[in-house]
This record gives sequence, C-alpha cells and structure tokens, in this order.
Amino acid sequence: MADVVLQPNRAATKKTVGKRGGLHNMLKRKSTVAFLMALPLILLIATLVVYPAFYALHLATLNKSMQRFVGLGNFEFLFKRETFWLVVQQSCIFAITAVIFKAVLGFIIAHFVHNIPAKGQRKWRGMLLVPWVIPPAMSTLAWLWLFDPSYSAFNYTLSFFGVGPIPWTGDAMWARFSVILVNIWVGAPFFMIMYLAALKSVPDQLYEAAAIDGANWWQRIWYVTLPMMRNIIAITTLFSLIVTFANFDIVRILTAGGPLDRTHIFATWAFRIGIEGSDIPLGASVSLFMVPILAIAAIFILRDISKRGNEA
Amino acid sequence: MTTATIDKAAPTRKVKYGSMSRDRAWALRWSYFFLVIFAIFFLTPPVYMLITSLKSSAEISAATNPWWVFHPTLENYTGLLTSNQFLRFFWNSAIVSIFVVTITMLIAVPAAFALSRMRFWGSATLATGVFLTYLIPETLLFIPLFKMFAVIGDWTGIQLINRWYVLLILYPTLTVPFCTWIMIGYFASIPKELDEAAIIDGASWFQTLTRIFIPVALPGLIAATIFAFTVSWAQFLYPLVFTTSTDQLVMPVGIITTLIKGDVFNWGQIMTGALLGAAPPLIIYAFLMDYYIAGLTAGATKG
Repeated sequence: MADVVLQPNRAATKKTVGKRGGLHNMLKRKSTVAFLMALPLILLIATLVVYPAFYALHLATLNKSMQRFVGLGNFEFLFKRETFWLVVQQSCIFAITAVIFKAVLGFIIAHFVHNIPAKGQRKWRGMLLVPWVIPPAMSTLAWLWLFDPSYSAFNYTLSFFGVGPIPWTGDAMWARFSVILVNIWVGAPFFMIMYLAALKSVPDQLYEAAAIDGANWWQRIWYVTLPMMRNIIAITTLFSLIVTFANFDIVRILTAGGPLDRTHIFATWAFRIGIEGSDIPLGASVSLFMVPILAIAAIFILRDISKRGNEA
Repeated sequence: MTTATIDKAAPTRKVKYGSMSRDRAWALRWSYFFLVIFAIFFLTPPVYMLITSLKSSAEISAATNPWWVFHPTLENYTGLLTSNQFLRFFWNSAIVSIFVVTITMLIAVPAAFALSRMRFWGSATLATGVFLTYLIPETLLFIPLFKMFAVIGDWTGIQLINRWYVLLILYPTLTVPFCTWIMIGYFASIPKELDEAAIIDGASWFQTLTRIFIPVALPGLIAATIFAFTVSWAQFLYPLVFTTSTDQLVMPVGIITTLIKGDVFNWGQIMTGALLGAAPPLIIYAFLMDYYIAGLTAGATKG
C-alpha cells in the first residue's frame, strides 16, 4: 500500500527548482491542500468510528442507569449467564459453518461458470449474483415466508417425497440450520464472483503445461488453480468471516434469536439487551466481544495486503 | 480442431484429441446441469416473492400448490402503491440514498485523490486507517452511537434520534471508507505521466482532479456510486435503532414493522413490499452489472 501513497510529485519540484523559498512554499502548500482534501474523511472516521469505539469501552464499565462506574462488573455478569455462552457458541458455529460452505460453494460454482463458453458466462454470472444484490432484509423476508410454519412452501414440496413437516424456525436445531442456510444463500455469490475473477487471472499456459505433463483434473486444481488463487481465497474468507460474524439482518428477521435464544449471535443479542431492553452498558459489553475476532481477521488481511504490495 | 490434426498426425494422437473433446463436451454438460441447480437455489426466494405478490390473501391461505398462481391479481400492488405510508417509506429511502451517495462521493473522491497522489504527514497511516474502518461492522457501533446522539440531543436540543436525516450522518460511516478504498485503487492505476503533464501545464491540484482523474477513473467512480447506493438502500440495523415513528422509516424497516402486525402476517403485501424494496438495486444492477462486479472485485483485492 505504501507504494500507492509514496509519490512525491517530481513535476512540481522541477517547476520551482529555481527559487528555494518558492519550492519550500510549494511543497508546504501541496501537503496542506492534500490534508484539506482528506479532512472530511478524517473528521468522519474520528467522530463517527473511532470516538464511538472508545465510547463503547467507557459505556461497558457503567451500570444500567449509567450513573455509576462498575468496572468489569458487566463482563462478570455476562460470564455468569448461560445465554452468553450460548451466544458465543452460536456465533462461532454460525460464522465458521457459513463461511466454509460459502467458500466451497462459491469455489464450485465459479468453476462451473468458468467451464462454459465465455459468451454465456455473463448471463449466468448475472443470475447467480442476484442474492447478493437484493437487500438482505428483503430476501430474508422471502425465506421467512418459505419457512412459514403453516403454509411453508418447502414443507409442501417435501410432503411429496414423504418427508414430514420440518419446524424450520421453531426447533433449535432447524432454526440454526435455517439461519446458516440463508446466510450461505446471501453470501455464496460474493465468493463465486471473487473466485471467478481469480480463475480468469490464471494463465492458460499453466493448464496446458499441466495437461502435457499428464495431470488429471484433480491434480490441475490442487497444483495449479489453488496455489494461484491462494491470496484471493484467504482475503475473501477473512473478509467474509468478519461480515458473517457481525451479521444482524438475517438472524434478526428470521428468528429474532429464538427459539429460546438458541440462534442469537453477538449483534442480535446486543440489540435485544441494549436497545430493546434499554440496558445500554450491557449491550455495549456484548458487542465488544466481537472485537478480538475482528481484530485477528483484520491483522491477517492487512498482512496479506501489504505483502502483496511489496511483491508488486 | 480436426482440421488442425488432419495431416501427419499419428492415429493414436487423433484418438486422444477425440477423447479430449468428448471429455470436454461432458464437462460442459455437467457444468450446465449444476449451474441450473444452483440457479434454482439462488433464484427461488425472489421468484417466490413474485409468485406470492400476485396472489390474493384467500389464495395464499388456501391449501393449493404454493408454487403456482391460479388467479393472478394486482391487488397487493395497488394496495401498497396507493398507501401513503408505503409511499412515505419509499420516498424516505430514495431521499436518504441519494443524499448519502452525494455526500459519500464529495468526501471519498478528494480524499482518495489526496491519499493516492499527494503525500502529507500521516497519509500512509490514514490509508490503512480507511481500510480498517471499512472492516468495522455497524453492529459494533450502533449502541455507542445511539447513546452519543441521545446525549447530543440532551445537551444541545438538536433532536437526532427518530429523524430520517440522522441516517445521512450514519450511512457515510459505511459507504465512505469503502468508496475511498476502491477510488484509491483506481486512481493508483492512472499513469503518473498524465497528472505530471497537467501540473507542468499549470493546472492546479483541483483542476487535475476534476479534468483528469475523475474522467479517467469514471468506471471506478460509477462502481463506487452503485455501492454507496446499494449499501444505503439495504441498511437495516441503523434505521431500526435510530428511527421509530412510521413517517421517518425507510423501506426495509417500514415493511417489517408496519406490515407485520403481531402474529398476523399479510404475506401477499409483505412479499410485494419486499419485491418493490429489492427492485431499485436490482434494476441498477441489471443495467450496470459490469461496474458492480468490477467494484466488488476491486474492493477486496486491489491494494
């Protein structure tokens, strides 16, 4: 990334190289102009992202009425609650399962799209990306209706195969399955499109060379495709892990955390406690538990990006 | 393929080519087969939205095949499109999204220009900071922001909670970092000679931005605009937290809070609303798919 920013303007230097004072002024002015151009961005990040993040830390140390400092009292309280551990468990199951399935599904679909002649690819790509384009709140409503307890279109169809009615959002196991399924549906197209872009950037000569060497289909994927796509796979997966871990819309609309708090993840539980239960400090404490996971993923992503920047 | 191998190719080689093309034909058939299955999986919910939206409530509760419309009717559409409440949601969403896109571009484009071409103290740190901000989800910040705005309301009397314009302050935190990030990528791909020539010819930095960078990076600009629009149109958490009166709500929250009354789900209208709510991003995507995809892939890969 550094190479993007590191471009002292040679032309400007040349122009004023005659007078030393002028040069100095010019450079000074250039950085001032640049700073002013970036100032709205800096203000936005500082007041609406950095400040609230630290404010959340402060809030997490107050009692419910926000009058008294309780230190780590909120966290102690959380650790003693069974629901909290359910949320931790469900957040991990939800994020990890969904991301793995999204990645695998995206990888497979990207290969199929890549396989077909270039002329028809645009059409398929367009169709397969639709779930990613529809606002998740809207598409989750459609899923909620497909899962409806009394008029479920899925159960209607399954009944023809002799499969009994499934309590999609009513039973803990099925509700967990449902939220993950919807998340996969929303997110797999993103992986598909990223992997497709990566596949297109693998030079054909590599496959030809592999074919001449007698590599079979599986060997070509394992020894050519995967190593060439490693960077994109890593970045997309980490990126998706963050988004999935912090998901709100799908769980909120589909199950609202139920049945019996079995499908709550950090974001929905924080909303339930902080906004609906108006215990802002406790809600802030809950959402802070997302930070470590996000931080680890962010460190890996940044490392990957700067590594690639140095290679280029 | 056959013409290329007709002369001097040994018979064994010919057979090999034949089997390869047969393999390829089968691979193609299987690819189409699976693509059809995946397309069905991916398109079922939107198609089901459409099917339900064309049904009357009597047909929805009848025990008939849910995948087919026997008596299509537009009553759900006329019902929603003549309801002031629904039009209000649509209007709020449209206003918020248009303003947010404008604000985002006004902040992101100059900032990306400054970060990609002009160095100043801390600019490298800021570029990393922009990326990190882009990774911070809104679910982490909604509680402190809610409290912050409530406090501002108490201190200054400026009421921000439960006003649609509070979203104009909130959404840019989601759109600006991303748009800045992809604009940095696009600006970095512009050859340095171009703006150096402009500066030598006496153009100011501002002129270099508007006359050279913006026209050349127009595809990136369009991608960023589409993104800012789709993000602000689809956002659900912030309006759910920060707005409650029905005249302040935007589409996604409006549909969910007003059309679902207790345990009574008017599915015909809900699906119609969801379809109409999904329509603007889908229409934009139908026309500008390539920009959308370019932006999607640039956002996560371009360093």
